[in-house]
Amino acid sequence: MAFTQTHLLGIEPLAPAEITALLNLADDYVALSRSANKHSDALAGLTQINMFFENSTRTQASFELAGRRLGADVMNMAMQMSSVKKGETLIDTALTLNAMQPDLLVVRHPQSGAVDLLAQKVNCAVLNAGDGRHEHPTQALLDALTIRRRKGRLHRLSIAICGDIAHSRVARSNLILLGKMENRIRLIGPPTLMPSGIADFGCEVYEDMAEGLKDVDVVMMLRLQKERMDGGFIPSEREYYHRYGLDAEKLAHAKPDAIVMHPGPMNRGVEIDGTIADDINRSVIQEQVEMGVAVRMAAMDLLARNLRARRSAAA
Amino acid sequence: MSLIFKNARLIDPETGTETHGSLTVRDGRIVDTGAEAHAQGGDEVLDCGGLCLAPGLVDIGVKVCEPGERHKESFRSAGQAAAAGGVTTMVTRPDTLPSIDTPETLEFVARRAREATAVRVLPMAALTKGREGREMTEIGFLLDAGAVAFTDCDRVVADTKVFSRALTYARSLGALVIAHVQDPSLSHGAAATSGKFASLRGLPAVSAMAERMALDRDMALIEMTGARYHADQITTARALPALERAKRNGLDVTAGVSIHHLTLNEIDVADYRTFFKVKPPLRSEDDRRAVVEAVATGLIDIITSMHTPQDEESKRLPFEEAASGAVGLETLLPAALRLYHAGDMDLPTLIRAMTLNPARRLGLPQGRLSAGAPADLVLFDPDAPFVLDRETLRSKSKNTPFDGARMQGRVRGTWVAGQRIYDAETSNA
Repeated sequence: MAFTQTHLLGIEPLAPAEITALLNLADDYVALSRSANKHSDALAGLTQINMFFENSTRTQASFELAGRRLGADVMNMAMQMSSVKKGETLIDTALTLNAMQPDLLVVRHPQSGAVDLLAQKVNCAVLNAGDGRHEHPTQALLDALTIRRRKGRLHRLSIAICGDIAHSRVARSNLILLGKMENRIRLIGPPTLMPSGIADFGCEVYEDMAEGLKDVDVVMMLRLQKERMDGGFIPSEREYYHRYGLDAEKLAHAKPDAIVMHPGPMNRGVEIDGTIADDINRSVIQEQVEMGVAVRMAAMDLLARNLRARRSAAA
Repeated sequence: MSLIFKNARLIDPETGTETHGSLTVRDGRIVDTGAEAHAQGGDEVLDCGGLCLAPGLVDIGVKVCEPGERHKESFRSAGQAAAAGGVTTMVTRPDTLPSIDTPETLEFVARRAREATAVRVLPMAALTKGREGREMTEIGFLLDAGAVAFTDCDRVVADTKVFSRALTYARSLGALVIAHVQDPSLSHGAAATSGKFASLRGLPAVSAMAERMALDRDMALIEMTGARYHADQITTARALPALERAKRNGLDVTAGVSIHHLTLNEIDVADYRTFFKVKPPLRSEDDRRAVVEAVATGLIDIITSMHTPQDEESKRLPFEEAASGAVGLETLLPAALRLYHAGDMDLPTLIRAMTLNPARRLGLPQGRLSAGAPADLVLFDPDAPFVLDRETLRSKSKNTPFDGARMQGRVRGTWVAGQRIYDAETSNA
């Protein structure tokens, strides 16, 4: 089955075959990115605008690099300082940008559903680079690619996602993607950081780290946001580290060849011990960053193909 | 000279019956109902063609955006919407800009309403000044000026001491207090009801339990103060036992529910459709079913439209930022008829929750088909199918969750005090 999406707003609308198709293409782009001439013309002549309504260095850089490697004209707009501050609504901003004839719009926004709203008002391909606590599809795809390359498959694996599930769009997108690909998923974290109704998502929920990590193939750690640390959701940073921080002792409950993942940026000594993060035998955190560029290249390439096909059909 | 409705299916909420017959109106009042009316020369006879004739709807909690936001809804536009929806009495909310919290503002509103619409308008006033939950309003003066109830609308008086004093004072004057039941700190910032759907959409959510917590507090205060109390919207299964207990213990308590909570659930929000953002947020299907059942048994007394006009700008925003509320005056009856068509309750029971029960709660003579009652009437075809187009709504704001929905049941005519204020045949919509 071909990749038929107009936008990449989340993992939820994707069929498993579309995920596989995207990851297959991303594998090719890993090879391209590792070659001497890191360049393709897949997006030549197209304009990519990155609109980040929320601070991000890593994701924005990754999207920018992905676009440039494929030959797109890339523009970054730092929306925190723009007319949004002057009271312009999201819809007006979208319409203004749309008038500039972009082909690919990469959007991050602090509110769930904002990227969906924006996508309804523009006639280019929109990629969700993270909306509120809803979805972060390219992160889940890069995680999937990393797992598939390391484990040789993306099904029937036992995968633990640990930490602040409630506020994490990364957790949501991963949960949906890994579920679609028929993996066994465990969520581990304190109950205050667990979303309600989560057991209905077809996963197992654990409050105890050692129990939850038992015999898993993959350990995915999540970043704990600073504003959640002080008394609101958990009593303190040190108690969190004691109960939920990934160290050698807790990791010993997982399979001996289990890999450790983290979407970054890490809080060393809060959710993860520094030596685990740096252990090249276990940690695939740097590889995730590399896969991120490849997955974004693949996503933009596929969306651009569909965009061109729609435009030539309309012409 | 009389006006005679013949060949009607008379829906009588007082007796709980529907009978085929006729109804005679003279001097703005119902004078007779029966199997056959005897027309005399000069009488006007209207053949209802077997359609339903019921008391006009009494809608508690209509927001008309005067003063302050007339571009969203004026008394004129709300009156037209009400007439087309079969609503003959609008009980209006004080959550305007500024709030209706002084006798002067209340009188202004009453005058505007009189000038702009033939639909009866009964204003409510704020319970606390500026709806800020700190000082009670001049309940006595406001009662004299015509306030029919006191409410801070969707703001909960969080300070229990302030609320208990206001209730005590209101009790001494026999004033009805209407409260929103949501634990305020638990529900702060919430845009959805906790559960799988909210988690999947990543929306900040409030537990359905927040409603029961607020109702529990309020019931304790009513037991303490003896005030007359109405909960504006009971929307969850968990709150129902507390309501049942309070009624059984003889407290002067009633409860309402909005038509949206009776006919929609949280899943309808789908991909962040902000026209489905209401306060409290839409609930699970289990809650919806429980609340429908509570209306059928009479535990929940009153169905309202919770008519809340919002302009496009305040709805075309990310879901969390978007304004809450939906218009409902024109869709109240057709949406309510969904419950009848689904077999959840018979017509007299359904109509009672929108006519006799609210009228009784406010001490009004409306809501009845018996001799002597005001001739406020609605004639409707319960079966007529149509697809709602929001652009045809008479409200200035078009924020209905039923846009494009298939509905069954249309209003054919509306009368206030025997005067026809709406005729589907000649209406230009």
